[in-house]
Amino acid sequence: MPKAKIKRKSTWVDMTAMCDVAFLLLTFFMLTSNFTKKEPVLVATPTSVSEIKIPETNIMTILVDKTGKVYFGIDGQEKRKLLIEKMASIYKVSLTPDEIKKYTLLELVGNPMQAMQAYLRLPADARDLPQNNLGIPADSTNNEFKEWVKSAREVNPDLRIAIKADEKTPYPIIKQVMKSLQQLDESRYNLITKLEGAPGRE
Amino acid sequence: MAEISQDSGSHKKGKKRRAKKLTTRIDLTPMVDLGFLLITFFMLTTSLIKPQTMEITMPSDKKVLEEDQTVAKASQAISIILAKDDVVYYYFGKTEGAKLIKTNYAPDGLRKILLEKNYDVAKQVEDLKAEKIRTHMKEEDYQKKLSSIRANKNAPVVRIMATDDSNYKNLVDALDEMNICSISRYAIVDFDEPDKQLIATLAP
Repeated sequence: MPKAKIKRKSTWVDMTAMCDVAFLLLTFFMLTSNFTKKEPVLVATPTSVSEIKIPETNIMTILVDKTGKVYFGIDGQEKRKLLIEKMASIYKVSLTPDEIKKYTLLELVGNPMQAMQAYLRLPADARDLPQNNLGIPADSTNNEFKEWVKSAREVNPDLRIAIKADEKTPYPIIKQVMKSLQQLDESRYNLITKLEGAPGRE
Repeated sequence: MAEISQDSGSHKKGKKRRAKKLTTRIDLTPMVDLGFLLITFFMLTTSLIKPQTMEITMPSDKKVLEEDQTVAKASQAISIILAKDDVVYYYFGKTEGAKLIKTNYAPDGLRKILLEKNYDVAKQVEDLKAEKIRTHMKEEDYQKKLSSIRANKNAPVVRIMATDDSNYKNLVDALDEMNICSISRYAIVDFDEPDKQLIATLAP
């Protein structure tokens, strides 16, 4: 009996198809993605059944964290530049063009104008540390938050207000924020929530 | 160094020999690697879920004219007090002599009471939703009908009062219940003196 010769198979696999798939998926992700915005603190928003989506542009975000620190930011780098210049002139803080540039790259900032310069001079990785974010004061004695909202409104009249707060934020802080908005006659705003399962109605 | 000498050697020979036909097959493995690396990056950095939002309108601080003010009938009024540790108190009608009842945010708590009070409107909204699905109603028509149902004069008016011990989640939950129960007339009110006394009588 002749010995059957085992044919040595080549291990070469044609990668073309796999490459096609990989790049197809890559294209999909590149086109559909909008990057997650970097937030200085992590907040867990409460859930609701509301299904209204928040628009992506012309948004003024007010972030309130668990401890009650208020962060503020608007979208659009051009608008942010105008905002910080306005705030600097109101609070008589002189910022260098380089510091203004740094501010425009930040999504949300939670520092009063007095501490702004020191904050912007920090290295990027130190900015998220809790001790470097003092929170914008929103109480009745020193309501800097109101100035931010007012200036942002002057910079971009189409802004919609979105409040994003942590579930565990104590109510008095939310009340202060809402009161400040009320005083500015900003009576319509959005509360950002997560979607929860549809409720059972009996 | 070895490569160079090899290369020059083959070059010499190549002159004599016929040009070797090069295969056009390229190893695509590194390219696939790169592709998947980039996919991983995009998958991790993107947010596919857009956050939901709840729209609320608060009364402005401007003085409201006396005739513009809507005075709720005592029989329609429901007051909700959001207290500590996810406890809710509610009472019907006027503050004076009201009896506080304790409940919670569970479906058979606050929602049950509100639905009972708002039965007519909630029923109509439910029917409208069913009709919308059945007849493929246009969104505009649906909204028009919805707002006409919600404008019901006999629907309850809810006052939401949050104590300083409550948190943001409680407020959102309460507002959410308003949405679920199709209550169109509600307001977030300051937690003031008469109600504070009411709560104080309850405290151990």
